[in-house]
Amino acid sequence: MKIRFCINGKDLEIETRFDRRVIDLLREDLGLTGPKESCGSGECGSCVVIVDGETRLSCLMLAAQLEGRRVTTIEGISSPEGLHPIQEAFVEHGAVQCGFCTPGMVLTSIDLLSRNSDPTRKEIRDAISGNLCRCTGYQKIVDAVEDFSRKNREDAQT
Amino acid sequence: MKPVFLPRSKEELWDLLSRYPDAMVYAGGTDLLVRLRKGILDPKVLVCLERIDSLKSVEDQGDRFFVGACATHARLLAEPVIGRLYPVLFQALSQLGSPHIRNMGTIGGNIVTASPAGDTLPPLYVLSARVLISGREESREVPIKDFIIGPGRTGLRSGEIIEGVRIEKMQPYNLAVFEKIGQRKALSISIVSLAALLKISESGIVEKARFAWGSVGPTIVVSPEAESFLVGKRLEEGYLKEAATFARRAASPIDDVRASASYRRLVAGNLLFRLEGHLKENHLKAEQPDLPWKDQA
Repeated sequence: MKIRFCINGKDLEIETRFDRRVIDLLREDLGLTGPKESCGSGECGSCVVIVDGETRLSCLMLAAQLEGRRVTTIEGISSPEGLHPIQEAFVEHGAVQCGFCTPGMVLTSIDLLSRNSDPTRKEIRDAISGNLCRCTGYQKIVDAVEDFSRKNREDAQT
Repeated sequence: MKPVFLPRSKEELWDLLSRYPDAMVYAGGTDLLVRLRKGILDPKVLVCLERIDSLKSVEDQGDRFFVGACATHARLLAEPVIGRLYPVLFQALSQLGSPHIRNMGTIGGNIVTASPAGDTLPPLYVLSARVLISGREESREVPIKDFIIGPGRTGLRSGEIIEGVRIEKMQPYNLAVFEKIGQRKALSISIVSLAALLKISESGIVEKARFAWGSVGPTIVVSPEAESFLVGKRLEEGYLKEAATFARRAASPIDDVRASASYRRLVAGNLLFRLEGHLKENHLKAEQPDLPWKDQA
């Protein structure tokens, strides 16, 4: 069975099983190992990808559902020249420890900032409430997102 | 390999369902995919409703609103009419799952899953929502309390889907509260939940009350005794204590990994005490809808 969709800006046609989970298609067939699987039941957020501009849990989607969609994984947000500025902010604030939750956290933050360029700390916490991190205690992640959004707004003004 | 179909119209859907009577229908997949992975379910054919646009709409139908079964929780939270007319549903949606789950899960899925802990169910009970069920030949409308018949069991027949729910615009209440007790704020399956709609007079007397509890019985629990007891009284501790006794009597909870039956029963009653505080804050006032005939009068 063939499925056509756009992955990280590239159109793709792939032969796969329609009932394959999206997380498996991405990781095993396409070698995109940014999305991680922890719980496999939608509770941890480490498999988050962006589909048509909104976060989705790739462990709870079947390959057939990708037909005609635009999918962005963590691999699609940086360029060969360097990291996405929000990734820089995570590095700067020590918001990455083991790194397992980081792709989901970063994509969730990008989704939040696309809808709200000036989130409060509570809004940031609410936005990442579906993403578990067992290392950082979340403080540094919230700091990173807050700082990034502030700098972003300052840049936009100048 | 299981075939997965994504029909784009109801006509395509009816064709698929008559060709594959055993097909399992899903919308957001947030419950179904977990059960597939655990091996609890093993359907031969899957049909996903996410591409049928007519099932996702929120429509003004005169004296009521139609909410399409495949509208996601996030879409409903973004729909101003939900927050304005149905604040009790809005509060429940905003506490349901996580932002990612709300981007995927749908109101129809929450209804059909018929979990006693389904967060949209207590609000839909107190709002007297009616479920619109359709098959190829005919449609019917059933009050939600009659549609859900047990844990995971509904009145849906083979070849039928839920198209959506219809909710009256006129909700003559001015205090709307949804309370959910869970182990944490995000992603918790409720241990006890309560949806409450009250009409309170200017002098503070209860004129109408509707209550529905989640997770304290095989389906949503109601207590007409608690409701009628409070009418004509103030939301004060003494009265609420008595109403709580009725609520605990109506509940038939179970022990499970999340909480004991006795704790659930206790809390089901205790949640009523919070109403007094909500009334004092009074920030949850339901607005009256702009009804078309209001101007003509």
